[in-house]
Amino acid sequence: MDEENVILSFKGVVTADLLTSILQIMESRMESSNESPRVRKKVFNVLVECLQNLYHHADDYPDGRTALVMIAKEGNAFTVRTGNYIDNERAEDLKERLKIINTMDKEGLKEYYQNSLESSVVSSKGTAGLGMIDIARKSGNKLDFEFLNIDNERSFFCLNVKID
Amino acid sequence: MLEMLVLEPSAKTPSITFNGENGKLELRGRSIPENSIEFYKPLIDWVDQYGSSPNPTTVVEVKLEYFNTSSSKCILDLFKKLEKINGSGTEVKVNWYYEEDDEDMMEAGEDYQAIIKLPFTMIEVEEI
Repeated sequence: MDEENVILSFKGVVTADLLTSILQIMESRMESSNESPRVRKKVFNVLVECLQNLYHHADDYPDGRTALVMIAKEGNAFTVRTGNYIDNERAEDLKERLKIINTMDKEGLKEYYQNSLESSVVSSKGTAGLGMIDIARKSGNKLDFEFLNIDNERSFFCLNVKID
Repeated sequence: MLEMLVLEPSAKTPSITFNGENGKLELRGRSIPENSIEFYKPLIDWVDQYGSSPNPTTVVEVKLEYFNTSSSKCILDLFKKLEKINGSGTEVKVNWYYEEDDEDMMEAGEDYQAIIKLPFTMIEVEEI
């Protein structure tokens, strides 16, 4: 079993500036590590979507905006891990969507993405509701997720995306 | 007659040039802004104006390295605008570039091809 190397980890509030910094750091690290362009692009793409999810939903809990991000490498596989608070109602919707996504193969995801792209409406925040489908497509693996119940109002959402 | 729309690139947005005289639109670089609507609005508005007196041919060159899902919706809106003006005073063509081994970017082009009724040419290049 290969040892897991943490490339970058962060705990705090995800701002637009921070997001830019994390992306810049990851890009330069991957460039200097001789990763194939294919893997480099996939990791970058997944990271953009994961970080922007955290960014867009950071306002959901003014008192609990702290999010977690960790990027690690184990053997030839990268993992992008995120953790953030989410209200229970949204957690239920998200859980259902993630379950549906995980039943789909490559072609199924492609079709689901195209249908969602065509019918989606961009919110005032700029989100199009396509992020998780895109993450699943680019990753090529099933999404590993968990919702930890905190109290009647909120849960903590953990997402683990593997790219190999 | 519209002349030229130029949007300079940034760390999160592509360079965009639309030459009204020869009908050539180019998007190049990365498109990963947190909120894409604001960024794409000038282009979408410009296409609206262009449609009233377009060049006989309109060629869209998409040379993107990365784009996020927020941008993907704006790019769809752009293609929808172009789809509308296609055949009424201009013939619109799309050239979609992707780097070798970048199956994801090739598939992204195919996604639009499946939704939009415009002729797409997929062009593999060594580097964008």
